[in-house]
Amino acid sequence: MASVSTNQFKSGLKFMLDGDPCSIIENELVKPGKGQAFNRVKFRNLKTGRVNERTFKSGENVESADVVEVELEYSYTDGEFWYFMDPVSYEQHAADTNAVEDCLKWLKEQYVYTVTQWNGSPLLVTAPNFVNLAVTDTDPGLKGDTAGTGGKPATLETGAVVRVPLFMNIGEVLRIDTRSGEYVERAKD
Amino acid sequence: MENDWRPSISAENLKSRAQLLADVRLFFAQKGVLEVETPVLSSAAPTAPYLDSFKTNYIPIGTSPQQTYYLQTSPEFGMKRLLAADAGSIYQIAKVFRNGEQGRLHSPEFTMLEWYRPELTFTQLMDEVSALVAVVAGFPEAIRLSYTRTFEQYLAIDIFNCSDQQLRLVGLENIPSLMRDIDLDRDGWLELLMSEVLEPKLAGFERPVMVYDFPASQAQLAKIHTDEQGHEVAARFELYAGGLELANGYDELLDAGELRRRFEHDNQQRLVLGKAPMPLDEHLLAAMTSGLPQCVGVALGLDRLLMLVLKQRDIQQVQSFPFNQ
Repeated sequence: MASVSTNQFKSGLKFMLDGDPCSIIENELVKPGKGQAFNRVKFRNLKTGRVNERTFKSGENVESADVVEVELEYSYTDGEFWYFMDPVSYEQHAADTNAVEDCLKWLKEQYVYTVTQWNGSPLLVTAPNFVNLAVTDTDPGLKGDTAGTGGKPATLETGAVVRVPLFMNIGEVLRIDTRSGEYVERAKD
Repeated sequence: MENDWRPSISAENLKSRAQLLADVRLFFAQKGVLEVETPVLSSAAPTAPYLDSFKTNYIPIGTSPQQTYYLQTSPEFGMKRLLAADAGSIYQIAKVFRNGEQGRLHSPEFTMLEWYRPELTFTQLMDEVSALVAVVAGFPEAIRLSYTRTFEQYLAIDIFNCSDQQLRLVGLENIPSLMRDIDLDRDGWLELLMSEVLEPKLAGFERPVMVYDFPASQAQLAKIHTDEQGHEVAARFELYAGGLELANGYDELLDAGELRRRFEHDNQQRLVLGKAPMPLDEHLLAAMTSGLPQCVGVALGLDRLLMLVLKQRDIQQVQSFPFNQ
């Protein structure tokens, strides 16, 4: 197994801990003047998504993780797996529920997603920061209300429900910030 | 990449840095302490097992033989040779170099203020450190807490009577992020508890904290003396402020024989750690044999002091350029 020294730790580095692939968020050197050095590492467990901390003796080795991030296009789902395609090689990659869970409500065919792969299989699918989605259901639009007071719920083509201004109608395409899950503006063509 | 040439310090912080240096010089000028400079390069190096010097080569023009030189990790040895030659009270603002140490609070190259006072006692030096940070950084007066008391108060352990196993249990309990099978020696545990548990607790005070009388095993270049409870401890103090380790002071060891034993012990430990032993500073040892006057001395990290004054999170924000640029 390839290993990596704590001396090479930096944010974004992937390593194995207790059998799970992890990604470093923050690495801090802890060292009293002439004393021993430690690395206090804040990391995300890529399997569970949980953020945790671990303190290592500096110079210790940990197992490196074969984790890469690729940009893949979402194709379709058979209900059990979600299939993503490499736009260059046309190769299909199947992601399970765990991997797509967080971005399920932003999944739209032919959109490109960041897929984190571990040993070649999708571990996590991340939506782009902004997506354009059409409104499939909402109360009729109220003309004249441009102040955006309160708003109303609207269901989008992916099933996501977001709050939109009162004047929005079914069929309109909206720009959504996937990080906050909020409506930004009417999509420009 | 095209913006990599830019400073990591803001124009405002650059001015504050200049002001801090001017204030420090004024503080010592008013006390009649002499500013000195000593060589950055030396053919000898400190032996401390967890301190690594940068190494370089001297090549006299037209020759091939090389001589190894080390960049100083502090100006201590040169300044002590001046003291042995009766230089009196001296201070230095020096660039120092520590190989491998890079992080939010560490830079491999940083600025150290170091000063020695033959006229003062150990407690008077603690007063002077507190006065300096009050004048140049606007800090309130420092609180004093013995090392023993700090461990008793916040961790409920008696560092003189607890076993290695008890210390380990306290460490694992208070630092949940540690691997359960981590292997540390006694000083390793004490140091880790200090930086991971006690330093953040001391930051809770609105004032800087002077922790004094360290374990004898962490004496470094300080004298060993007896504390109020009759324990042998190191006459060493550290100043902590805002969760940072800011200064390290000693009642200086004067005995050349004892210093040689400590250097040799350090080099033994370096071998165990798989590190090269360092050449002993024979000039320092000779100066001490000739007679170092009774003196106290302290080193203070000026970059970290500025970080606290300017409320900056990263040492890069108070240095003109980061190490890797």
